Amino acid sequence: MSNFRDTGHLFRFAGIFVAAILIFLAIRGWLVPHTFGQYGHYRGAALNEIAAKPVHFAGHQSCETCHADIAEKKSSGKHASVHCEACHGPLAAHADDPSIQPAKIDTAVLCAQCHETSAAKPKGFPEVETASHSNGVSCETCHQPHSPALEAGGAQ
Amino acid sequence: MQGVNGFMYPNEVQLQWSVLIVLYPFITGLVAGAFILASLVRIFHVEAVRPTYRLAMLTALAFLLVAPLPLQLHLGHPERSYEMYLTPHRTSAMAMFGFVYLWYLMAVLVAEIWLDYRRDIVIMSQSATDWKRWIYRVMTLGSSNISPRALEIDDRVGWLITLVGIPSAFLLHGYVGFIFGSIKANPWWSSPLMPVVFIFSAMVSGIAAVMLLYMLSARLRKEPIDMRCVDTIARYLFYIFIIDFSLEMLDLVHRIYEADESFRSLDFMVHTRLYFSQIILQIFAGTLAPVVLLGLAQVVKLPELARKRIYGIAGSLTLIGIFAMRWNVVIGGQLFSKSFLGYTTYKMGLITREGLLMAMLLSLLPLFFLWVLAKLLPPWYQEQDAITAAG
Ligand code: HEC
Ligand code: HEC
Ligand code: HEC
Ligand code: HEC
Repeated sequence: MSNFRDTGHLFRFAGIFVAAILIFLAIRGWLVPHTFGQYGHYRGAALNEIAAKPVHFAGHQSCETCHADIAEKKSSGKHASVHCEACHGPLAAHADDPSIQPAKIDTAVLCAQCHETSAAKPKGFPEVETASHSNGVSCETCHQPHSPALEAGGAQ
Repeated sequence: MQGVNGFMYPNEVQLQWSVLIVLYPFITGLVAGAFILASLVRIFHVEAVRPTYRLAMLTALAFLLVAPLPLQLHLGHPERSYEMYLTPHRTSAMAMFGFVYLWYLMAVLVAEIWLDYRRDIVIMSQSATDWKRWIYRVMTLGSSNISPRALEIDDRVGWLITLVGIPSAFLLHGYVGFIFGSIKANPWWSSPLMPVVFIFSAMVSGIAAVMLLYMLSARLRKEPIDMRCVDTIARYLFYIFIIDFSLEMLDLVHRIYEADESFRSLDFMVHTRLYFSQIILQIFAGTLAPVVLLGLAQVVKLPELARKRIYGIAGSLTLIGIFAMRWNVVIGGQLFSKSFLGYTTYKMGLITREGLLMAMLLSLLPLFFLWVLAKLLPPWYQEQDAITAAG
């Protein structure tokens, strides 16, 4: 006992430490959602919450059931690998109820998003400087969006 | 594009890490350096620098309190940033830093300062008046035991804490170097020498800062400067500076000799965009000049006034040089393209969340904290004698 004489203040200091750690753990227990860590380093319940969100994209198979003509045309053209909703935007609502009209597309914006010249794009990807290439004329005057290559008989 | 030469990837044009991220390693470096200076007294028994012991500890604390602020300002979202500590991820260097920081703040600095000042705190809790008395009362933690045995125990525990503190200070700052050194995608940063260089430059800047603060405070308080103390500090500064400089040169030689695919690009950058901040500020003004000045004071016997001036100039140049070094690491590492074909420019805002004004504010804040701390816990030894006399 005499060994601990005159060390009372040190225990008080250590006590503050222990108290701080306990308070931290208590706050942590209260703030961290209880499903945290259920599957991994995230909140387990988040999975169900995300799954419950409305679906925005229908997927190209869905479009093709009703728009077989366009699907066929597209599959033989240069845009075969580009899916419908990459250009038309999310259209799940329209696929469920075709009376909902899809929004019109502004090709001057859309086409440039993928085809504007940029050194960061892979070699061989078709690029144009839209300003000098079309001079403000909208792209679909010459290219058909669903089969854009001119020499492939895609010209209108 | 204005300010961009050659080819930059789109995500490289604007810098992500601003001047605040320059300030952050600078400030933590001062903390680590000041603490190492204090440990010279405690562990290595360099009695000559004792007059700066308490000042160094308070400086370390004042700067440590400010250290996380630049990060917080850079990240934004204070309402959720603390979550990083509630559910830290082992692979998150930033979350781990929080614990290193808290450990260093509470277990090392606060504990050591408290133990060292405990006798004064107890005496002042009895002699001080009105509200100050209450502050000191709280700080005694309700124990007024200052028997010789209790104080001797404090001294031994304090020694132990300093012993733990030295690796902790190395860890704190080595970690900051690690954050850069471990980014293998960036050849300007990626180097295992980075943490080591950071630690030594931290010591250099911290020692220089405490030396300047000591001389400045003595002047403001119209007290004589203890020349033996400043001479010793300057000598240690000189030694550590030489080690720091050789390490940095080693890194440079290694890069030049290795000359990997990034070398031409980085070399070009150093000769153009970083020329002023790297060659002029960091190497010539911030390293060679103070080393020569400090070396001169070692070799030639100079009168007191000349030595004071030399230390003042060398100390200020050192701080500028170390700040330039942090700048060149943080900003320099973002100026070139990963394609090694282009360079961008850093445009610093003025009145923005991460702008120049904020950076200046954050550099002054620790000095304000230090002023408050020094009012509360006077680090001046003459006054301490007065307290002892009162007790
Ligand atoms: C259930 C069948 C069905 C599905 C599935 C469907 N559509 Fe439609 N879509 C229609 C019908 C019918 C019209 C014509 C509506 C009208 O003219 O009022 C139409 C019209 C359109 C139009 C506008 C035509 C115009 O003249 O402006 C676009 C664009 C379109 N669909 C794209 C899509 C895309 C993209 C998908 C896949 C996400 C899709 N559709 C899925 C049936 C469907
Ligand atoms: C490269 C972009 C792109 C892709 C991919 C694309 N479209 Fe289109 N689509 C357009 C553009 C542009 C128009 C012009 C109409 C407009 O202004 O909205 C259009 C028009 C339409 C129209 C109405 C006009 C017409 O030609 O009958 C339908 C229906 C349509 N697309 C369906 C589809 C379907 C289904 C797919 C997937 C198989 C698809 N689109 C893929 C860009 C695209
Ligand atoms: C989502 C990105 C995307 C959008 C939007 C898009 N394209 Fe394409 N485009 C492609 C891809 C991918 C190819 C195929 C490239 C290849 O063959 O390697 C292509 C090919 C082409 C080609 C054929 C080039 C050749 O090799 O002959 C033309 C022309 C073209 N697109 C025009 C357009 C036009 C006009 C629009 C606007 C209606 C448009 N594209 C919108 C992705 C896009
Ligand atoms: C006045 C008609 C016209 C208009 C408008 C036009 N194009 Fe073209 N485009 C052409 C012709 C003709 C070619 C094929 C000749 C060639 O390869 O240069 C072509 C080729 C292309 C190619 C393939 C280039 C390559 O290197 O393979 C792309 C991509 C393209 N156009 C995109 C666009 C986009 C995007 C727009 C809208 C901004 C657009 N075009 C508007 C006539 C036009």
